[in-house]
Amino acid sequence: MTWEMVVGASVFAAMLRLAAPIALAALGGTMTERSGVTNIALEGSMLVGCFFGVVAADRTHNVWIALAVALLAGMALAALHAYASITLRADQIVSGMALNILALGLTTYLDYQMYGTTGTPADLAAVPDLHLTFLNGIPYVGEAIADQNSIVWASLLLVVALQVFLFRTVLGLRWRAVGEHPRAAETVGVDVRRIRYAAVLASGALAALGGAYLSLGVVHSFTDGMTGGRGFIGLAAMIFGRWTPLGALAASLIFGYGNALSTSLQGATVGDTKLPVQLLGTLPYILTILAVAGFVGRSRAPAADGVPYETEGHA
Amino acid sequence: MTVSPPIVEMRGIVKVFGDLVALDRVDLVVQEREIHALIGENGAGKSTLMNVLYGLYRPDAGTIALRGQEVRLRSPRDAIARGIGMIHQHFMLIPPLTVAENVVLGDERSGPMLSEGALAARVRDLEERFHITVDPTAKVEDIPLGLQQRVEILKVLYRGSDLLIFDEPTAVLTPQEVDELFVIVRKLRDEGKTVIFITHKLREVFAVTDRITVLRDGRNAGELETTSTNASEIARLMVGRDLKRPAARTPVPSSGPALEIRGLQAKSDRGAQALKGIDLTVNAGEILGIAGVGGNGQSELAECILGLREPTAGTILVGGADVAHDDPKRTRERGVAYVPEDRRAEGLVLAFSVADNFILGRQDTPPFSKRGVLDTDAIRANGDRLAKEFDVRPPNAGAIVGNLSGGNQQKVVLGRELTAQPKLIVVNQPTRGLDIGSTEYVWERLLEERARGSGVLLISSELDEIRALADRIAVMFEGRLVATLPAADAAEEQLGLLMAGHAEAASA
Repeated sequence: MTWEMVVGASVFAAMLRLAAPIALAALGGTMTERSGVTNIALEGSMLVGCFFGVVAADRTHNVWIALAVALLAGMALAALHAYASITLRADQIVSGMALNILALGLTTYLDYQMYGTTGTPADLAAVPDLHLTFLNGIPYVGEAIADQNSIVWASLLLVVALQVFLFRTVLGLRWRAVGEHPRAAETVGVDVRRIRYAAVLASGALAALGGAYLSLGVVHSFTDGMTGGRGFIGLAAMIFGRWTPLGALAASLIFGYGNALSTSLQGATVGDTKLPVQLLGTLPYILTILAVAGFVGRSRAPAADGVPYETEGHA
Repeated sequence: MTVSPPIVEMRGIVKVFGDLVALDRVDLVVQEREIHALIGENGAGKSTLMNVLYGLYRPDAGTIALRGQEVRLRSPRDAIARGIGMIHQHFMLIPPLTVAENVVLGDERSGPMLSEGALAARVRDLEERFHITVDPTAKVEDIPLGLQQRVEILKVLYRGSDLLIFDEPTAVLTPQEVDELFVIVRKLRDEGKTVIFITHKLREVFAVTDRITVLRDGRNAGELETTSTNASEIARLMVGRDLKRPAARTPVPSSGPALEIRGLQAKSDRGAQALKGIDLTVNAGEILGIAGVGGNGQSELAECILGLREPTAGTILVGGADVAHDDPKRTRERGVAYVPEDRRAEGLVLAFSVADNFILGRQDTPPFSKRGVLDTDAIRANGDRLAKEFDVRPPNAGAIVGNLSGGNQQKVVLGRELTAQPKLIVVNQPTRGLDIGSTEYVWERLLEERARGSGVLLISSELDEIRALADRIAVMFEGRLVATLPAADAAEEQLGLLMAGHAEAASA
């Protein structure tokens, strides 16, 4: 084992790559839960983003249209969740779980119907990497960040933008108010349902962007269930990050680093002992359990999180 | 001089919910710049009438005129636009936001970006104008209830209201905070505002209002000048009959202590030291009142006695046995009954019937169950008997408890707790939210238990209640009993000071 394997530029680059989709899901979770709606269908939104992005890229050969389609697919799934949980006031966990199953079944079925056993085409339009050539000469930094995918950079910008949005704007204030005490917000004229719909749709779009990153930015293909629970890890990162965009990013980076380590330490030895890489690979999940169990500092969910809101009866 | 039309003139208001006529041709006339009391028992229609005025309900008949001009109020937004503001009983505040953010929410009057500094400055201006003091940059969750109420008032003033409706504003305040509220209310009137003050406490009516409208059973029961009436007249109008006085307390021969607590310490849910060494004794045939503002450890004390909370030190002797570390079932088997603070959350299973609630805790003993199978006939018979004995209305043991009024829910709790002939009864805020009739009933029952020889630990933040029932009064402040006095010696002002933590001032 060498230091290079633990803190090398390639590990740093891998951390960013692996953290981006988790961060996008975590941002989605943060936005929707801050408005008071739990959306565990982020995993599903991510998956349909993956798949329909690929389909659109295959049909149109235009990556921007493909991205737009991916976001719309994620929002469509989220819209079902919004309708169930806001308008129908259904149990949000049940609705989210059902939509995850729907997303997995639907994408698996359509994948088989459309691409059969041959797999998705090899010449898919891809989301380009951003080559910051002026950084190339700088040691470490060049290798670490000069050739990241555009969506990685987009997700960093989104973190900052949404942090400002939630905590420094009028709409952000109302957004948080709705997630804490919707009745109080309504008595001063804030439209609770509208904000909650917007929040759930935004969460679907953010998760789907994470999905499109996986299929169109990284592997350039679709395989069944390829999101592999990143939507759920994103929710853990949201809790770990205490329901703030910056916190969500920090948590995602920790998870991403854990993933990056388990790859870079593959086959590494300490003395004569082989490192148990599989065990290291569980590190992000152990962190997740600790985060969810509240061991990582006291974090408090928005007070009205997951609670359906009923407008006072206009009898 | 021309007489200006009244700021509010509601005439013949009718509001029907299903079969229930909540308001039956009710009139309310409020003059500009007066403090007008709207008084009546729970269910008399006060809140419904105010919800009509605030645009939450549309009346089925009747007219509303504001300053002589007839209006239709379709939503709270309409009402706010016409200068009507409501200070809700359950504060409509968002705890993690700052005072200033709460005040401006929904009407921020800025571009898309927010500036904390500008908000705070604007709220400070408003505070100066109306002589209301509260730090605009503090988070609402960090300030006491009395200050939170000021935030509610600021919210309404910020929106330019001329007519402020206070919905039972003193329910959560300490006596000192109540006095401060009265000062603010008078200042609002001096600044040209009009106030409607909803309450069922007679003392407040006389302390602060100019005129009084009394409602009873959804009808007008009287309109009075505050200076030309008296408490018993208003009470008669509210209840429709003369009030019973609690029977004079005659000493009950004691058969020794029912409860002895020594050096009791415990932590709150948040891990803070909630009880810092409590010593107290409740004798059989005695009511010990624990006075104090809510949140000073009273609930933790009750929970420790019942075994719902694990004490960190000290002993709790019930009938000579230490129950400090017993679970609730074993404690109750020693003859301890409990009427919890929040009957809806802790006292009852709201989705269950009256009969089922009556047997909670005894569901595994005959005659209610045999070999693990419930005997529904026995449960129903017991329910019918207790519903009658404890005057639960409607007298139907099959009714779902969640649909009963607060007073009747409390009768179900009492019925369950008192039938076992307990040796010690721990009651926490037994009449919170109840109307006069139900309050009378609960008080009578507790006095009967005392006369039977049971010890009663009465926790209440209502001084009137403590003074009406207790033989001795202990005042709780920040986890300690700061004084214990015979009820006869306890002056209200002294108790108020003790409750606010001024132990030296009170003894001086």
